[in-house]
Amino acid sequence: MAEQFISRGFKGRARETDRARKERIPPGQYETQDFPVLSAGPTPRTQLERWDFSIKGEVAEELKWTWDEFLKLPRETSTVDIHCVTKWSKLDTLWTGVSVDTLLAGIDLDAQPALRYLIAFCDGGYTTNLPLADVRGGKAWVVYEYDGKPLEPVHGGPARLLVPHLYFWKSAKWVRGFKLVREDHPGFWESLGYHNYGDPWKEQRYADD
Amino acid sequence: MAQQLKWQLGTVAEIRQETPKAKSLILELPDWPTHLAGQHVDVRLTAEDGYQAQRSYSIASPPGDKHLMITVERIEAGEVSPYLTDGLRVGDRIELRGPIGGYFVWDARDGGNDGPPLFLAAGGSGIAPLMSMIRHRVSAGIKVPTRLLYSSRSYEEVIYREELDRLSAHDPTLRVIHTLTRRRPPNWMGYGRRIDRAMLADTAWRPAEKPLAFTCGPTAFVETVATHLGELGYKPERIKTERFGPTGG
Repeated sequence: MAEQFISRGFKGRARETDRARKERIPPGQYETQDFPVLSAGPTPRTQLERWDFSIKGEVAEELKWTWDEFLKLPRETSTVDIHCVTKWSKLDTLWTGVSVDTLLAGIDLDAQPALRYLIAFCDGGYTTNLPLADVRGGKAWVVYEYDGKPLEPVHGGPARLLVPHLYFWKSAKWVRGFKLVREDHPGFWESLGYHNYGDPWKEQRYADD
Repeated sequence: MAQQLKWQLGTVAEIRQETPKAKSLILELPDWPTHLAGQHVDVRLTAEDGYQAQRSYSIASPPGDKHLMITVERIEAGEVSPYLTDGLRVGDRIELRGPIGGYFVWDARDGGNDGPPLFLAAGGSGIAPLMSMIRHRVSAGIKVPTRLLYSSRSYEEVIYREELDRLSAHDPTLRVIHTLTRRRPPNWMGYGRRIDRAMLADTAWRPAEKPLAFTCGPTAFVETVATHLGELGYKPERIKTERFGPTGG
């Protein structure tokens, strides 16, 4: 729209006066103190004895951890801001889990440079796709604690992916593993009109945004 | 969805008071490619200083209608909903774009009269996208057996009550079951409690009938419905959910 439309009489909430905080909210988002829940189907409940996490796909070496093995991996605690495409952002959320770098450490990615994409797959059938570069270098985790407590099933427990620099649908709930692949394949929401990459700072909500 | 979703200006053609807290906005849009029942739109408000707020609202009108309807429940501490319910007048314009969402949708053309029976469960204003499905069913002339289980706080807060009464009275294949969780009129014959497993077992189609379930409402409501339907034997991929948290506003 060439000229900015003004909604007659709309004032909005009192503006955040803390400039540093305001600068952390991407365009079109608002800050919430709650933790809203969004998912397309019922909440899966997988027994921990039957849970495992695997890395597979077109990769030479496949890896798999049981729940107990996963908990023994080096853990990291991170405080990050999260941004959901349904417009809410939540600042300073506290998560504990395993860095994706740690999970990928057993794979010789330098020897397999053609593997450029990752498909996260989940209980319940959900998938999401990411460039491998976006989950390496301390940018992504598989987390099992939120705010110091075990991650609740509605929020993705026992474990979810956490990729805070992209819209939160990329942080797949109930994640069970990664497929490493050469070609990009749109995941669940990416096939249903949502953006393939999902950078909140560029407001990449829907396809072609 | 190959084309970019562009913002457009809709004009408020009519405002309908649905309940003490909820109003429907009937909008005239310059360019609406049509939508699927269950989809939503993003609404954007802009203040004079350039500040913008966006929220999503489910579309309540069926595909093919001349105008687009959204139903807005006023949230007390909300930022956008009080403006939409109290500030807007007929003739005012608002910016929106859509339609959005391709999973929580029902298309009467899939299966037609031989399509799966529908079980719809609504909590409060979660009725909006399900109403689009019910209206679509009517306008498409499809008679797939449909049951709506609809939870409201009180009789006065039942959105689209008269229309639902009228549609179900004239259509034996559409059954509407109400539950009122807080206040009930004298001699109320319907349910009077929050949705629970026993109520779902009584009202939902048996899994053997291969039903398709849609549920929309507050998070706790949707969790209850989806979990119990699963335990009653519905396959997860046959239970489609849309949740809204206590924020939104």
